[in-house]
Amino acid sequence: MDHSAERSLSTYLTGFALAVVLTAIPFGLVWGGLLTGTAAYGVIAVAAVLQVVVHLVFFLHLNLKSTPAENLFFLGFAAVLICIMVGGSLWIMMDLHHRMM
Amino acid sequence: MADTSLASNVLEHEERQSLESREFGFWIYLMTDAVIFALLFATYVVLSQNSAAGPTSKEVFDLRHTAGETVLLLLSSLTFGIATISMVAGKGGRVVQWLFVTLLLGLGFLAMELIEFRGMIQEGAGPDVSGFLSAFFTLVGTHGLHVAFGVIGICVMIGQVLVKGLTLPVRSRLVRLGLFWHFLDIVWIGIFSVVYLPGVM
Repeated sequence: MDHSAERSLSTYLTGFALAVVLTAIPFGLVWGGLLTGTAAYGVIAVAAVLQVVVHLVFFLHLNLKSTPAENLFFLGFAAVLICIMVGGSLWIMMDLHHRMM
Repeated sequence: MADTSLASNVLEHEERQSLESREFGFWIYLMTDAVIFALLFATYVVLSQNSAAGPTSKEVFDLRHTAGETVLLLLSSLTFGIATISMVAGKGGRVVQWLFVTLLLGLGFLAMELIEFRGMIQEGAGPDVSGFLSAFFTLVGTHGLHVAFGVIGICVMIGQVLVKGLTLPVRSRLVRLGLFWHFLDIVWIGIFSVVYLPGVM
C-alpha cells in the first residue's frame, strides 16, 4: 500500500481547511441559536457526514483508484454493519419508548 | 555476488509483503473499532434523555470546552500529516519534531478531557448518577482511552525514529499509527455532533 506519492502538504492543508469550515458551521449554528429543532439536527448531521468523508479522503488518503479493493470492501462492510446495528437498535428502542408513553 | 543480491532482493520483497499485510490487518482492526464506537453511540442516543432527575446534558456540557478539544485534536491530525510527509521525504529530524508537536496537542486534549470529567464528578454528575451520564462517560471515556494509547504510541515511535532511523518497518509502524490517530479524529466528529451539540440545544 504505497500511496506516498499523493501525500503532499497541500492535500493536508486542503483537508484541514475543509474540516475547520465543516466544524465551524454546526458550532456557530448551535452557539448563535440560529436554527432549532429538526433543521439544526439536519445541518449538524450533514456537516458531520461531509467531514468524515473529508477526513477519509484527505487524511486517510482513501480513493477509488489506488486504495486496495480489500480495504474499501472492509470499509463498506463495516458501514453496512454499523447501519444495521445502530439503525436497528434505535428503531427498536424508539418504538419501545413510544409504546411505553 | 549475483546470488546474494538476488537473496537480498527476495528478502526485501518478503518484508514489504509482510508489512503490507500488517497494514491491511490494522485496517480491519480499525473497522472493528468503528463498530464498537457505533454501538456506544447507539447506547448513548438511547439513554441520553434518561437523566433520572439528575443533571441534564444542558447543565453539564460547556460548548467552549468542547470547541477547545476539537481544535487541539484537529490540529494534531494536521501535524501528524506533516510528520508523515517528512517521513516520505526521509527527514528523520523533522519527523521527530512534528511527532513531538502532535504529542503535546494529544496531551493537551487529554488534560482538557480529564479536567472536564473531574469538574463534572465534583458537581455531582458522575457516571453513577444516571443512564445518560453512564453512557456519556463510557463513550467519551473510551475515545479518551484510545487517545491515551495513541499518545503512548507516539512516544514509542519518537524513540524508534531516534534509535533505529527511518527503516522500512519503522516507516510502516508510523503509517499505521497515523491511520489510528486520524481515525480517532473521525470518532471525535461523531462525539461533538451526537453528544455535545445536540446536548446543549
